[in-house]
Amino acid sequence: MTTTSQTIVRKRLAEISFARKLAMGVIEVLTALIIFFVFSRSISADAMTKFVMTPGGITVGTMADWVFNSSIALYLLAGITLLIGLYQLIKGFGKLTNLMVAIAFFCLIFGFLIWQASSKSLNLGGMLSSAVLLAVPITLAAFSGILAERSGIVNIAIEGMMLMSCMVAAIVASATRNPWFGLLGGIFSAVVLALIHAFLSIRYKINQVISGTVINIFSAGLTSFISQRFLQKNESLNTPPMFTRVPIPGLANIPILGPTLFNTNLFVYILFALLIILQVALFQTRWGLRLRSVGEHPKAADTLGIDVIRTRYMGVLLSGAVAGIAGAFFTLGSVGRFDEGMTAGKGFIGIAAMIFGKWTPIGSLGAGMLFGFADAIGSKLSLLGSKIPPQFMAMAPYIITMVVLAGFIGRSSGPAASGEPYTKE
Amino acid sequence: MSDTKNDLGKEIIRDLNHEPHEGKTHKHGLWSSVSIPVLAILTGLILGALLIAITTPTVYQAFGQSFGKGISTAFMEIGKAYQALFEGAIGNPIRIVEALRAGEAREIRMALNPFLESLVQSTPYIFAGLAVALGFRAGLFNIGVEGQLFIGAACATYVGYAVKGLPPYIHMPLAFLAGALGGAFWGFIPGLLKAKTGAHEVINTIMLNWIAFRLTEWLLTGPMTRPNAGGMPISPLIQKSAEIPQFFGSPIRFHLGFFIALVIAWLIWFLLFKTTWGLDLRTVGTNPRAAKYAGLSTVRTIIIGMSLSGALAGMAGAVQVLAVNRSMAMGLSSGYGFDSIALALIGGNHPLGVVLAAILFGTLRNGATRMMVTSQIPIDIVDVIQAFILMFVAAPAIIRSLYRLKKKGPEESTVFLSGWGGKS
Repeated sequence: MTTTSQTIVRKRLAEISFARKLAMGVIEVLTALIIFFVFSRSISADAMTKFVMTPGGITVGTMADWVFNSSIALYLLAGITLLIGLYQLIKGFGKLTNLMVAIAFFCLIFGFLIWQASSKSLNLGGMLSSAVLLAVPITLAAFSGILAERSGIVNIAIEGMMLMSCMVAAIVASATRNPWFGLLGGIFSAVVLALIHAFLSIRYKINQVISGTVINIFSAGLTSFISQRFLQKNESLNTPPMFTRVPIPGLANIPILGPTLFNTNLFVYILFALLIILQVALFQTRWGLRLRSVGEHPKAADTLGIDVIRTRYMGVLLSGAVAGIAGAFFTLGSVGRFDEGMTAGKGFIGIAAMIFGKWTPIGSLGAGMLFGFADAIGSKLSLLGSKIPPQFMAMAPYIITMVVLAGFIGRSSGPAASGEPYTKE
Repeated sequence: MSDTKNDLGKEIIRDLNHEPHEGKTHKHGLWSSVSIPVLAILTGLILGALLIAITTPTVYQAFGQSFGKGISTAFMEIGKAYQALFEGAIGNPIRIVEALRAGEAREIRMALNPFLESLVQSTPYIFAGLAVALGFRAGLFNIGVEGQLFIGAACATYVGYAVKGLPPYIHMPLAFLAGALGGAFWGFIPGLLKAKTGAHEVINTIMLNWIAFRLTEWLLTGPMTRPNAGGMPISPLIQKSAEIPQFFGSPIRFHLGFFIALVIAWLIWFLLFKTTWGLDLRTVGTNPRAAKYAGLSTVRTIIIGMSLSGALAGMAGAVQVLAVNRSMAMGLSSGYGFDSIALALIGGNHPLGVVLAAILFGTLRNGATRMMVTSQIPIDIVDVIQAFILMFVAAPAIIRSLYRLKKKGPEESTVFLSGWGGKS
């Protein structure tokens, strides 16, 4: 009985992977054709592309500009992608399939940039560095979502928590003239909102999405209210000192990597520190195992003596703290003042990144970087005077998320008990 | 926790013994169904008043002088603000009485204009609230009303200005229908994805919201832009024949759309509660497993439910464009999408309740505009108050413990959410 069902499952898996294998091959070949016919055919044969490799205002870790013939580079990329696609169709890469799709995707993006920047100059270094900065709030929001959802509470209020933290961080930092106090204040305000969310959804068992919506509406209203009532009259309350660029000695001198990752904002370092801490804590420690078990099967966890309610409170409060860091980034790490609604949906994109990253910190980082990169390309394209509207680039992350969620690129499913209130019997 | 359980036990025993509920079932029934929303609104307004008091500098100065003076200043500030809110929302009672006494038609209309303007503000709320409520009834959480509203508005605008030479009685309904269809399409996508792949509609509708914003931004600066707009995202004015008529001359904006909204609300009520289709939809919403065993098609219900919900949201956008703005800009919606979640819940997901809650929200927002002018209190206080109301309606236990109300029985609840995607 069990063996037959197992063979059926195995057979189904094999069929799916066969269809998948073909689909991926077709996608890769199509990518090659796009690079060849759409990109390289529409530019003249002797057009040159110039990539500036150093972001503006950087003095260490500089690198010479990169100038090359656009068409030849595009032919090369199309060739690589075509070879990958053909090999995939004929023999298949097996376990390397996803990696190869990623390489083909990379070729597509790179080809797109070469195409857009042909007979022009594009600051690639600056674009990478701004992509990382744009990815910071998205990825932190995704981490925030992971902490809550792994414990079984859906946190759709990340956006609201970020917005609140954004404002409080600006006010506290302006009043104390110290960005560290601002950061702490921001985190504190987001944790307070998280406490309300936890209280409503754990104690009162409100539907967690509704409870999150309460916090989002509340926070959008209150921040705009306070901003109009106080900040616009007292500009001194809205001029927070910012965290400045901190170069890491040695590493900052590496070309490209140095300016983008090691000579940048404090928040980028926090992001990577949190990445390592979370990845280890969630999957290598007893604490993480308990948190995850509460999110997957609270009843079983309860039977084993894990305090489900307390664990969930902890998950949501930690989620709030991380959302607070994400919010403070806007005022203390990026813009330097608070504007109404300045998080602009980054909290929601963070949730998307979490889903795309399959509820793991490392996956979320990848998704966050991808979304940040799409943002950066969009804003650079409008500077280049591209014919492609920047709005379409800005839509890409959302469309990708929907495609992922629909299971076209491998299924992504979250903690089993996420969203369900727990009643101890 | 334990005392609610005890109460439930008592209730069941009482039911078994056919004892009337505390002697007066009839009165109890009406009060218990409105007590929570009414007290929630009241508490929300009180907390809003508190927020006004603690953010007014003169109150602090008065407290510096003496406690009594502080309290009286606080009450004066709150009184001033809420009086402005009331006059902005309903009208100045003295002016209304005098106008009625003078009997001059134009003056009566002008005196009543604040109230009429509140109804104008409520109109999109009715459509948007119905959209969310219908979704809830089908067990679907449509957070995408905002996006569906934008797409609906864009479609209505396009038909409104691009189609020329039609008589009003065809052009106006056509433009309105285009709005509904646009919204329906934007609701159909997440419906289809949920029904076929199990992808959760909450995430998909949020994603579609942002796609809709970017798409309309592009449309309004590109293909649908107004000539000589100088890159501003705004559409051309719609044709006269596509306009939903306003009843009185400017500045009174009261229009036919309000009555269309009431008719649609009645239609939705009829659909939900008087047809078998409505029963199926509600069964799928409250108990999907039972619906499955009864042989109902959840796939079809989900797709139709989401599309219909989107259509209602599209109508909200269409009515704003065709009756009030007469062209489309990015500032079309002041957050109707999220507010409508609150008002659907306050209205108990019942069309009549939604209409009442929508009028309340429209009135609040309209009054707050006046409050902003006279006492410099930002209009965003309405959002804060709405958040409080939503919280109290969603967690009646808070209101019950605040006002020492008795619990009337087990609440039926719909499970909207268990994971974001994957039927597995």
